[in-house]
Amino acid sequence: MDPIIAAIILFVLALIIGFEVITKVPPILHTPLVVASHAMASIMVVSAIEVTGKANTSLTTILAFIALLMGTINVVGGYFIADRMLAMFKGDKKKK
Amino acid sequence: MDFLRNVATEYQTVFYLFTVIFFIFGLKLLTSAKTARKGNLLSALGMLIAITATLLYKGILSYDLIIIGLVIGSIIGVVSAYAVDMRAIPQFVAILNGFGGGVSALVAIVEFLKGELPVNVQKLPFDEATKAMYFHGAVALDMFVGTITFWGSMVAFAKLQRLITERPIVLPAKNLINFLLLVGIIVFAVLLTLYPQNILYMIGILVLASLLGLSLTLAVGGADMPVVISLFISYAGLSAGTLGFVFLNHGLIMVGALVGASGLILTRIMAKSMNRDFYGILLGNITPPEMAESKDSKDFYQGKVKSTTPEEVAMILESANTIAIVPGYGLAVAQAQSAVRDLYNELTKDGKEVYFAIHPVAGRMPGHMNVLLAEVDIPYDKLKTLEESNDLLPDTDVAIVVGANDVVNPMARDAKDTPIYGMPILDVDKAKTVIVIKRSLAPGFAGIPNPLFIKENTLMLFADAKPGLSEILREYKELKS
Repeated sequence: MDPIIAAIILFVLALIIGFEVITKVPPILHTPLVVASHAMASIMVVSAIEVTGKANTSLTTILAFIALLMGTINVVGGYFIADRMLAMFKGDKKKK
Repeated sequence: MDFLRNVATEYQTVFYLFTVIFFIFGLKLLTSAKTARKGNLLSALGMLIAITATLLYKGILSYDLIIIGLVIGSIIGVVSAYAVDMRAIPQFVAILNGFGGGVSALVAIVEFLKGELPVNVQKLPFDEATKAMYFHGAVALDMFVGTITFWGSMVAFAKLQRLITERPIVLPAKNLINFLLLVGIIVFAVLLTLYPQNILYMIGILVLASLLGLSLTLAVGGADMPVVISLFISYAGLSAGTLGFVFLNHGLIMVGALVGASGLILTRIMAKSMNRDFYGILLGNITPPEMAESKDSKDFYQGKVKSTTPEEVAMILESANTIAIVPGYGLAVAQAQSAVRDLYNELTKDGKEVYFAIHPVAGRMPGHMNVLLAEVDIPYDKLKTLEESNDLLPDTDVAIVVGANDVVNPMARDAKDTPIYGMPILDVDKAKTVIVIKRSLAPGFAGIPNPLFIKENTLMLFADAKPGLSEILREYKELKS
């Protein structure tokens, strides 16, 4: 199969799965969902790692390094803040 | 080691498949507050797999910079995640989003400047010219998406942080300008695809996309931030997805779609809750419809408003069994979360059923109010959604509205000539008694008067949220002693 078509199929399938799963996230967890989504999207950092490791001129090295830095901040910051928020959600301890 | 490197390089997609599976199950666990934290951890593990596999790639010449970047980035990430105030989460998200767009655009620029096709593109079964065209087309698209996301997010951040005015800054002939910018970008993109040697075309895309990003978000007002932030998630997903197509990296493509779906769902929910056209928003029309001229509300309220005192409120609460607290963003602005928590604790201690009725746009981003209340230890099963609250409100003795206005305006149900007509609202007026804590009768974002304030069963307590709530609590405690 044409690899580009295969990639498009993957994209559509992931979109459908995403819709199915994420529709079920309750509104009280929407803010953590937003933050976690950004952390996930920052999987782009893998490309930043790759281009940083292969950069061959000073300009590309600088640009790649900035991308790597921003991507890492996103991944780490995103997951940590989502965790910090989710830890706040507690059930009712005083339940009768 | 060589074996590991070979595996990581040859079976790239398999590793990403694991990552995506972890992400999906992580999201699935995020559907319940009980398991959500585990879900986030699972998702983070998925990310770790992807990053580890990438570090093992063949062809990485030097690890020095990578390690420095990962370490510094991680430190900044962790420190900022623990330092940020929960009220500033929308700003934090704007930054995350801007960085996402930035990474996408920068990586594409670097890959383009290197002048060599990515490995996976080289493997395509086409001739060299077609491969190059595919690559440069994808790069052009990615630079467009990434740049617009970056600048749009920076403007949103500046607005949320009040570095610039929250009011919409609308250029004259805005639509024409945006249209021309878009046409310009398309022209440069086509030129870049055909003649990639000329670096000016790349700069053209970057400049015009920056301008378009600025123009689109400057036109957005402060009240629309929940929609913008939701839309941003789709942009982040799109940035990851298009970067995935540049490298033909299946992991990025799948994750981009997952995240894009999350953005679309939230945007749809927010658009509905704010009475906006979902498709209009997707096409960049984020600005609200023309607001009705603020009517002279003096006549409207004249002589019909019943004002009350904290003492009277305490007495009403004393005889109530079910109490709804309806928070709006005003509550967070006044930093009254702990005051509301203290009142909640005192009331529940006396065996009263107290819940929070939360409208989807109560905060500045989807779900924001829930986080702010969870932060002050309100149990999550007391945080009720719009639908749940509207089922409960008719059987509620007292509803206390703090810092909310448009989302409890009954005009949304029947006044066809108002901008909020058709918007889902909390049916606070159906509760037996309504207490509105508000500084004045000033209208909300929609600029219309609120008939709730003159209803027979409504009492107005004119006070700031924090002292108002504390006063009620004090009177209530006094009453019991």
